[in-house]
Amino acid sequence: MSGATSAAAPDAAARPERAQTPLRQVAAGFLASPVALAALVVLVLVILAAVLAPWISPQNPYDLAQLDMMDGRLPPGSPGSAGFTYWLGTDDQGRDMLSAIFYGLRISLGVGMGSAVVAGIVGALLGLIAAYAGGRTDAAIMRLVDLQLSFPSILVALMVLAMLGKGVMNVLLALVIVEWAYYARTLRATALVERRREYIEAAECLALPRHRILLRHLLPNCLPPLIVIGTQQIARAIALEATLSFLGLGVPITEPSLGLLIANGYQYMLSGLYWISFYPGIALLITVVALNLAGDRLRDVLNPRNQR
Amino acid sequence: MIGWLAQRLMQAIVVVLAMTIIVFIGVHLIGNPVDILISPDADQAERARAIQALGLDQPLWRQYTSFLFGMLHGDLGRSFVFNEPAIAVIAQRLPATLELAVTAVLLAILVGVPAGLYAGLYPNSLFGRGAMAGSILGFSLPTFWVGLMMIMLFAVQLGWLPSTGRGATRALFGVQWSFLTLDGLRHMLLPAINLSLFNISLVLRLVRAGVRETLPLDYIKFARAKGLSPARIIFVHVLKNIMIPVVTVVGLEFGSTIAFAVVTESVFAWPGMGKLIIDSINVLDRPIIVAYLMLIVLMFVGINLVVDVIYTALDPRVRLRTGG
Repeated sequence: MSGATSAAAPDAAARPERAQTPLRQVAAGFLASPVALAALVVLVLVILAAVLAPWISPQNPYDLAQLDMMDGRLPPGSPGSAGFTYWLGTDDQGRDMLSAIFYGLRISLGVGMGSAVVAGIVGALLGLIAAYAGGRTDAAIMRLVDLQLSFPSILVALMVLAMLGKGVMNVLLALVIVEWAYYARTLRATALVERRREYIEAAECLALPRHRILLRHLLPNCLPPLIVIGTQQIARAIALEATLSFLGLGVPITEPSLGLLIANGYQYMLSGLYWISFYPGIALLITVVALNLAGDRLRDVLNPRNQR
Repeated sequence: MIGWLAQRLMQAIVVVLAMTIIVFIGVHLIGNPVDILISPDADQAERARAIQALGLDQPLWRQYTSFLFGMLHGDLGRSFVFNEPAIAVIAQRLPATLELAVTAVLLAILVGVPAGLYAGLYPNSLFGRGAMAGSILGFSLPTFWVGLMMIMLFAVQLGWLPSTGRGATRALFGVQWSFLTLDGLRHMLLPAINLSLFNISLVLRLVRAGVRETLPLDYIKFARAKGLSPARIIFVHVLKNIMIPVVTVVGLEFGSTIAFAVVTESVFAWPGMGKLIIDSINVLDRPIIVAYLMLIVLMFVGINLVVDVIYTALDPRVRLRTGG
């Protein structure tokens, strides 16, 4: 951490005009916290592991030809018959848990981020419209938001999945339905403040089309809180997806996320085979905590009240 | 106040009605229960008789109106699986969930309030910092995984506590309760702690923030200047004022706790209505799904309404705003 600041200091002195851009300020503020820096490093590693899973995993856990039933339920660190060590053990099918976790991260991160992006777009647009249009539109949208937020996330997701059934797309949809209201509420609150600013008035005086004012002028200035909410919502979505999959309502067995891996290990836990559930849980935990810590730091850095 | 109450009540009724439509139509989108419930060997006549017995041959709107009519009479259909009224099946499981949720909320208050108070009074102490870090974990850790780890540690490795089921129960008012027997309490400990972790974190943070906000205020300084004992200042002047948001949040969280009991009950095989709904979704037992969702919706709308009313009654500022 001290290395990062001392390295940044001469850089800033040499080119002060570049250090003044908002992005650089935010980046410097973010990295000034050692915890946030660590969280960021962990996040990058997790994302890399997910993206590169087919290339860095010792085996493809869903290619049956590569699995050996004789290697089933081996404890962590056992040498395998395929010539590599099972550092995190194997499950009942002889599947390397490390590889399964890498592949599981793909699903978990994909569903988490995908739902956050879709919910972010839907929620942001509705929030923007509510703030800009006001009146009845605003009241209708916000009433819907209030209704949605008065029910806990797990219940809404349960309702959606009880109606639509399992499957990756249905989980994604359930998560979007759970999440959009948070974005809408946040964006409306920010946009209500921003739309009274002079630059919006100026844009209105120029008779710019409404969609241009909304998307090119209002939206970019409302982004910081949206990014903060987004980081936290990705973490929430990943945890919720894992929970739903654990309950058997989430992703199908052919595309196991971390939650489903944990669920598969549940039955072996009572007989002391802890690693099948334990390590996917640790992976889940690391991802969610890193996202939350990064989100917390982003909130502090992006909060205008905290700017010196 | 009366007008406001009537308006609030109307809103609640509209929400419940809207939810009945959503739930009813939604549940009918999932697969055909005929395929699941009637054996594939049954001949046409048997199939037709079964479909008629279950009321599945009626048009959807008629099924809905008869469902709505039935609901007003406390009849939410018969479970396909148990062949009993859905309400009765759920009512059997309700006490297990209720006692778990109530215990979890009580734990949250008993642990969260003192810990939050201490963390607020001494924010830089080791405990204060530790409590805050712990509460972040309480928010981030997925409940089901914590539950698994608790089973692994306390049930499998240490063998201190049982991991599944409700244990011995004893009847009170004709209902079986676990908290009346020692064995039942032992069974309840792990699930209740698991369910309360999120609430403990929440209450802790709320109380801590409240204390930190209240301490620098003038009336506390004045109370101190008057020479009141620190204990009196903390327990009467500080605590009383921060309890309004705490009571509100705990009240609202009670509903969430019952909803999240789905997860804890599944992990600890606690035979409550949360486990029932998961099992019912897996076998497409529609009446149970519908009845559970409707019950939860009713409960939520009810809790929100009551909390709203209490909040308004408790806090003069809110009362003046809505009344005026």
